[in-house]
Amino acid sequence: MMAGVIFVFSAAALLQFFISYCRSLIAASSKQVLSAEVKDVTGIHRIASGDDFQRVMQLLQLCPERPEDRNGVQAIGAYFSLLNFLRATIARIVPSLRAWTESERGQCAYFAAVALGRRISFSRDMLAQQMDA
Amino acid sequence: MLGPADYVLWFLTALLEGAVVLCALKRHTFRRYLALNMYMLGSLVVTILRFWIFSHYGFSSAQYLYFYYYSDALLTVGLYFALITLYSFVLGELQTGRHVRLAAIVLLAGTAFFSYQVIQQSSDRMLTRFVVEMSQNLYFVGLVLTYLLWGAILKLRETRAQIIQLVLSLGLYFSALAATYALRNLYPGLHLVWGHLPELIALSLPLAWAYTLWRIPVEARLAPSRLAVVSR
Repeated sequence: MMAGVIFVFSAAALLQFFISYCRSLIAASSKQVLSAEVKDVTGIHRIASGDDFQRVMQLLQLCPERPEDRNGVQAIGAYFSLLNFLRATIARIVPSLRAWTESERGQCAYFAAVALGRRISFSRDMLAQQMDA
Repeated sequence: MLGPADYVLWFLTALLEGAVVLCALKRHTFRRYLALNMYMLGSLVVTILRFWIFSHYGFSSAQYLYFYYYSDALLTVGLYFALITLYSFVLGELQTGRHVRLAAIVLLAGTAFFSYQVIQQSSDRMLTRFVVEMSQNLYFVGLVLTYLLWGAILKLRETRAQIIQLVLSLGLYFSALAATYALRNLYPGLHLVWGHLPELIALSLPLAWAYTLWRIPVEARLAPSRLAVVSR
């Protein structure tokens, strides 16, 4: 009985901390402006849509990975899956939740586009270093 | 018998724990988050010692088992005090440091007493059972304290991004471990479900802290109300 109560409380807290942690990662990147080339490649100009996410993630996987980005990108990938699950289930009957999941999915896509911008400049730096060597 | 995945996890854990300390040193935040860094340094030493004992005595040896559980309990107490220092960051302006420290010690003693009450029926290896029980209970107490701290961050509109991310990652760590141990108590036979789960959860904390210390500048600010699941 006690273990059951602890499990339910811990799982609820885990979900809440996970959502807040992912939103803190997203908030840190939402102030960054996308470079012109990232805008061209992703088609995201000012506001990203959740539908852009998969495409941007595919582009991200084409670039060499930056170790310091891996944690954030994976966490946001998991958060995006959670949002998709909510969108396909509870959000169908709660309109306000649907609007919220759509907005959050868009923010995830913007986060991925910012990470793509960082990876592009990282690849460019690596290439420049190789050319110099 | 350990497989390649266990060795990889072991190596990664040591690497990430070391990375947290290096990131803190590189970004000149070692002294600022002294308790967190000392905890990570302690974890790194324990990870290395565990590997040394494992390679000398074997995974199923009494030496390894005893060292594992006793060091885990010490580290949990260390993390508990590291969490209390995060309280002093958030509540610093309220001049409540002494009260928080006193409450923390009383709560720790209460948890130890409760753990003793749970295991006092056991006839053999009482101290070891006590240590295991106390570790598990401290994970839950840590979770409750982190939850309260997160509430305080929202209430007091704490905006320092590093503090926010350190607290949230600690909340993730405590809640995931508390849920895993609760599940283990509910279904003791389901070893397949959590095979590497505690090790993976243990990886998440140094990973998140290294990321925070490396990527988030000390002066970065966030609006915590934007992060709450229920908007305020």
